[in-house]
Amino acid sequence: MEDKTIYTPYLMRIEKITEEAPGVKTFRLKFQNEEEGNAFEFKAGQFGEYSVIGEGESTFCIASSPTRNGYIECTYREAGRVTSALAKCEEGDVVGFRGPYGNVFPLDEWKGKSLLFIAGGIALPPMRCVIWNALDTRENFKDVSILYGAKSVADLVYKHELKEWENRKDVKLVTTVDPGGQTEDWTGEIGFVPAVLEKMAPSSVNTIAIVCGPPVMIKFTLPVLEKLGFTEDTIYTTLENRMKCGFGKCGRCNCGNVYICKDGPVFSYKQVKALPDEY
Amino acid sequence: MVDIKKKANELLAANAVQVVIGFEEGTSGKSRAIFAQDAAGVDKLIFNSQCVLNLAVYLTKHEIKKLGKPAIIAPLPVMRAIIQLASEFQIKESEMAVLGVSPEGKLVEFQTFAAIESYLKDFKIAMDEKEKEILAKISNMSLSERFDFWMQELGECFKCYACRAACPMCYCHKCAVEQNKPQWIPVAANNLGNLEWHAMRAMHLAGRCVNCDACHNACPKGIPLNFLTKLMMVDAKEIFGQDGPSLKDGHLLSTFKPNDKENFIR
Amino acid sequence: MTIEKYLVKSASLSALFDKIKASGKVVQAPVKKAHTVDFMPVNAFNEITDDYIVTTQSAKSVAFPRVEKLFKYTKAKKEVTIADYAINTIPEVVMWGVRPCDAAGVSPLNAIFTWDVDDVIFTTKLKRTTFIGFSCQKSDACCFCTSVGGNPGATAGSDILMTKLSSGNYLAEIITEKGKAIQVLAPEFFEETPSEEKEKNLAQVPIQFNYLEIKEKVDAYFESDIWKAQAQRCISCGTCAFVCPTCACFDIQDENHGKVGQRIRNWDSCCFSQFTIHTSGHNPRESQDRRWRQRINHKFSIMPDRINAYGCIGCGRCSRACPVDMNIMEHLIGISQLAKK
Repeated sequence: MEDKTIYTPYLMRIEKITEEAPGVKTFRLKFQNEEEGNAFEFKAGQFGEYSVIGEGESTFCIASSPTRNGYIECTYREAGRVTSALAKCEEGDVVGFRGPYGNVFPLDEWKGKSLLFIAGGIALPPMRCVIWNALDTRENFKDVSILYGAKSVADLVYKHELKEWENRKDVKLVTTVDPGGQTEDWTGEIGFVPAVLEKMAPSSVNTIAIVCGPPVMIKFTLPVLEKLGFTEDTIYTTLENRMKCGFGKCGRCNCGNVYICKDGPVFSYKQVKALPDEY
Repeated sequence: MVDIKKKANELLAANAVQVVIGFEEGTSGKSRAIFAQDAAGVDKLIFNSQCVLNLAVYLTKHEIKKLGKPAIIAPLPVMRAIIQLASEFQIKESEMAVLGVSPEGKLVEFQTFAAIESYLKDFKIAMDEKEKEILAKISNMSLSERFDFWMQELGECFKCYACRAACPMCYCHKCAVEQNKPQWIPVAANNLGNLEWHAMRAMHLAGRCVNCDACHNACPKGIPLNFLTKLMMVDAKEIFGQDGPSLKDGHLLSTFKPNDKENFIR
Repeated sequence: MTIEKYLVKSASLSALFDKIKASGKVVQAPVKKAHTVDFMPVNAFNEITDDYIVTTQSAKSVAFPRVEKLFKYTKAKKEVTIADYAINTIPEVVMWGVRPCDAAGVSPLNAIFTWDVDDVIFTTKLKRTTFIGFSCQKSDACCFCTSVGGNPGATAGSDILMTKLSSGNYLAEIITEKGKAIQVLAPEFFEETPSEEKEKNLAQVPIQFNYLEIKEKVDAYFESDIWKAQAQRCISCGTCAFVCPTCACFDIQDENHGKVGQRIRNWDSCCFSQFTIHTSGHNPRESQDRRWRQRINHKFSIMPDRINAYGCIGCGRCSRACPVDMNIMEHLIGISQLAKK
């Protein structure tokens, strides 16, 4: 008799592959075992270890909302051995998934507040789960605004969904590309995210800001948020570190005594400020 | 030792160097490296038969380079390593001082790497009787006996990579075993995988090993790894005429000469 | 259960060993090899050596081996089949000859593998292992068990602890139900309680520092040059982590052979330069001082904070095995002597 262990992955079939941007893909995954799929639960913010069996495991967030049943999604950029192997997969192939791991966006605490999502480039995936979660429970929140920027039009991910969000009356979406990244028919903003944020000047009253992006973007966005009146308690982000097990045993992802896999990846800016320089 | 300490203090006081890499007394009679940056540190310098660590391993470490221009206490194995590292463009003459130590423990001052190479001509790498005995024993084994011998010895290896870490020639920022695209050498410690790792390392040391035995001394299991590389050294001499490190003859297996007998490169 | 004390005559040890072997358990004991003394499966009592302060490697391999095959798999076109770990094939093992420090190392290792979720491979292996410890009559300059809450005759972690008395016979302390199960195999060898004092027959290990103070200092001096100074001679190999009874850092990899393979878990070390490197090339612990700080921080501050266990039992293996004589005890003394902040 064999027993599943904490290392045993779920076997998932790739139902749909979307090419988001050069080198960036989204997989929609269905549990091969329907019972397991029905029993599977997770919350926005959590991540998993995705693998091509035989190549290894890689860490990505669960990019779909927990309000959508029957499947999970992940978005990744082709970078190393495992992601290159994932990029070679076809629809119908089987991949492995372990999870969910990590902590969650405290959406319950944010009921009644307004939400401001700010993301750059490939950092929209970790936010996509919580954006859709919020939109699927839209009545819980006041205003929902999204500011999303990328290097160029081609690098914007979830292009299809950006259109959906744009067309919704209950969401304010601002997209931007870096100067020089626009196409002829681009109608969005042109400029770096921090500058566009300043121009947008969203209200900080009873609002939570969730920011994800490359370190340089975060560095310049935070002062703008502070100028707008956001505090270290009302700014949230996700952190990442090199991970392996996902459940606090392999000893790799800690930052001081904070384990990114257990105490994160979702952190308030207050918590981030308290972290030692080890991420 | 007095002459060496005096010179070290002189160099530090004149700020000609910022750190002196040498040996100090360690636990229970062992010796270990010290990075002396003042007279108190220099005072701790020793040199005896326990000083077998090859200090040249620290010359390529970025944390040590940050300490400033070093002077390095250099007994023969360290001198040889310096010549080999210099021929591979890893260290520059102008960026370090060498405080040579003769086999009698006396200070030998060198102004250039060429001077070190010249000094080494009188101290060619040679195997002692014990080493010759073991080398002969292994060489006289049949292929299958030799395979069994190494599989037995290397079965003890648990891939701690202390051998790699202690070897002054293993300075690659990302070792071949740390590549996973593809995973050339399996990471797990098992007999065949261990042989693959050690055989690969020996090949990467062909023509470069300076016979310092640091790999064997570092190994927590006492595996005679140094004999893999000693056998390589013997081959390098017999087949290519390589007789110790040389500034201009560089890396034996990646240097092509017009009179090489293989002609596929032409 | 309360500890039961018996006398086991020196002449009975071999027969006791035979009875344990006959019960079908695998017995691992210290064996003198070409260059080390290490735990190996043994069949006869005379294979065992008692000529060691501590074995070169720890006893942790019995529950946390160097390489663990987590599961096997087969791949066909668009299909993958996983064959999970066969937990029921884990044998009953007796680890004969662990030192009190080794036995004390079981608890922190277990704390890691049961933090929030249980690693059932580890916990089952541990459940099926019985530790027969032997107290220390000798110690050396690298031992410091008494500085981290242990001592050469401590019973924590052992199921039976044997202490050699001046008569040459042994005080056998039966500490747990597992120990009792061993006694039941050969009760005739466990005789009346000896009157000789245990403490007289133990090695003397002077206390060098207070480990509770280490945590305080490590937290206060996290950002300090002391780590640079201490880590200078470290050459970034994995020796200390691999010989350590409580180090559990690991890596997970897939080993593929065409259509079949396995997912394996290997020992890893926070001291390796690439341990924390991101795919982007960013490395939060790029220099040896940060990696050394992590090692001490993890053992003396993070583990107590998060899982209520200290990660060092003072066996000194790391110091003995270290190719550059880092000598952890010296460094810990240095840390303990830092001024209070």
